[in-house]
Amino acid sequence: MSDALPPSLIYLLGALLVPFLRGRCRQVFALAVPVVAFINYYLITKGVHWRLELLDFELILGRSDAWSLIFLHIFTVLSFIGILFVVRENEPLDLSAGLLYAGSAMGVVMAGDLITLFFFWEMLTMGAVLCLLARKTPASGRAAMRYLLVHVFGGVVLLAGLVLHLAAGGSTAFDRIELEGIGPWLMLFGFGINCAWPLLGAWLTDTYPEASIGGVVFMATFTTKTAVYVLARTFPGEPALIWIGVAMATLPIFYAVIENDLRRVLAYSLVNQVGFMIVGVGLGTPLSLNGTAAHAYCHILYKALLFMSIGAVIYRTGKSKATELGGLCRSMPWTCLFCCIGAASISAFPLFSGFVSKSMIMSSAAAEGQVVVWLALLFASAGVFHHAGIKIPFFAFFSHDSGIRCKEAPLNQLLAMGLASVLCVFVGTFPNAFLYPMLPNLEAGYVPYTVGHVTDQLSLLLFSALAFTLLMLAGLYPAEIRSTNLDADWFYRKGGPAFHHLADKGLNALNAATSRFFLGKIVNGITNFFDSGIARLACLFMTPLWKLMGHDAAQIEQERHALFRRSKIGAFPVSITAFCAVILLGLLTAYYYVAGRW
Amino acid sequence: MTPPDSNEPLPWFLKPRNVRRVLVGLFVTCSLFFGLDFLFALTGFDKHPYFQWEQWPGFHAVFGFVACVLLVLVSRFLLRPLVMRDEDYYEKTSSQTEDKTDV
Repeated sequence: MSDALPPSLIYLLGALLVPFLRGRCRQVFALAVPVVAFINYYLITKGVHWRLELLDFELILGRSDAWSLIFLHIFTVLSFIGILFVVRENEPLDLSAGLLYAGSAMGVVMAGDLITLFFFWEMLTMGAVLCLLARKTPASGRAAMRYLLVHVFGGVVLLAGLVLHLAAGGSTAFDRIELEGIGPWLMLFGFGINCAWPLLGAWLTDTYPEASIGGVVFMATFTTKTAVYVLARTFPGEPALIWIGVAMATLPIFYAVIENDLRRVLAYSLVNQVGFMIVGVGLGTPLSLNGTAAHAYCHILYKALLFMSIGAVIYRTGKSKATELGGLCRSMPWTCLFCCIGAASISAFPLFSGFVSKSMIMSSAAAEGQVVVWLALLFASAGVFHHAGIKIPFFAFFSHDSGIRCKEAPLNQLLAMGLASVLCVFVGTFPNAFLYPMLPNLEAGYVPYTVGHVTDQLSLLLFSALAFTLLMLAGLYPAEIRSTNLDADWFYRKGGPAFHHLADKGLNALNAATSRFFLGKIVNGITNFFDSGIARLACLFMTPLWKLMGHDAAQIEQERHALFRRSKIGAFPVSITAFCAVILLGLLTAYYYVAGRW
Repeated sequence: MTPPDSNEPLPWFLKPRNVRRVLVGLFVTCSLFFGLDFLFALTGFDKHPYFQWEQWPGFHAVFGFVACVLLVLVSRFLLRPLVMRDEDYYEKTSSQTEDKTDV
């Protein structure tokens, strides 16, 4: 038994307590939670801890092995950096959302069974929605609703898959699952939604730019990376994942080149980087899986760093669009420096973190003889440098002078960015210090720094930079335009309202017509029939009789009036009743006679 | 935010002379690495490649350059005409303008 506490418990308690604290006390407490969790991390021993019984199932809150520990490590580090970044505003919603989000993500990576996984998986969505609401603008509120709808759908798909998997005799073990039957396919699909697969992942680029400046740091860290972790656990070596990963790595960079909102550019490059990880999962070799874990670790650091640097710009200027920014290196030199470190890391410059992790995935693709995959990833590597490595710092901090003069980012934000920067450089320069020893398959081994690898990578990046420069000078680089670029989110952002409109106009019209028909016509008819129908029927038969009896028009009218009156009070003379009975008997006899003949 | 002061000194990076220096530096470095690759090929230095073509001199340089030019041209001339819409296509106001700025 471990002396440690479940990390998710520490964070969830923290998230619950934050709103009850005030002032400096709240700030210190929020920062203390990740510190306590970091100490707690080193108390967690490998093995299976914290088992619970629920009905007939055993829930495992703590399966600690190399896979879960490396993710737990980076999640803990990042939660500290993220909280430090937002601690100055002392906004309880931001702090609580960050802690809840981190706790849920840790719950997922420490889960030892699929039921616990599902529980924390759903809580992740809550954390993200709070991060969106923390921006407190009408647009972020709407984005939060869209995020919630997409992820509730994903959660339901996952739940359906889980139930079918269990019903088909599958176990609740959170381990490799064979892709047989509809259950595992639905689970894969559910994971894919959180992982931002092509067409399923438009929620990411749609909503991330609407989050609060601190919230997006947590969002960029937890949701997609827990999905990568879960896929690496459940479907490693699944060939379809290779091609899904290739599509993720290549397609978004085209969008990133023409996107104006710099946080959306970062969201596209996030999908691009997760694509590399998914290729690593799909290849399923010890080296490629190591690459996935290492790349997730490095990616979380530099992506958070990039989002923080643009967040600091938004904090000071209120703007995040390339058309409105530029020349900020005058006012925010430190933020500019940290942004450039993040940019160098995501571009995988030697001595920066991306270099030591991305290359593992590319090497394993090459070692498996996957020529097309390797070429696509090389293209994606050049492309990510182009749009995230150059475009982000260039349009925010250099480029034309936007005329904005503001203060440098506040100290806590600089410290958070500085810490992330130091880690990016340290991990990139000394990968063997702590990153490589944490990897799941130590026997795979990897040496990133060879002469060939360094010169090849530098050639690739330098000539990408050359291409950018020449295109800029030639005026061929697409001008920044205030615009919206259509993506798969169109299907729910336009399709959703269209469906609503259709349902409103179509189904409501049907409803109204049905109401008119049944209430207006049928019910009225029946009421009328029982009110005066009998009397009318009787009149029909009686009028000829009265005429035969020699009544004149006035007398007939008098008889009719009497008949209706009797009908209202339900009192008919015996003669009329008997006459009707005779007619009825006659009709019945005629009917059976005819029916008998046929 | 304060308006720019017309007398403020330009930072190092933005002085036209230094911009030229940075550009020249980039061209020189690119040429150096391109030359280095040819030197490797001539001396038969083994870069431990997985594929034969990685050993070709200038492969990564040419690939990087062509990839980026293609990326930009395809994005600008194919993708943008297809997908670009007005900024208010989905919602009337964008979130950026709703933010209060802190100065």
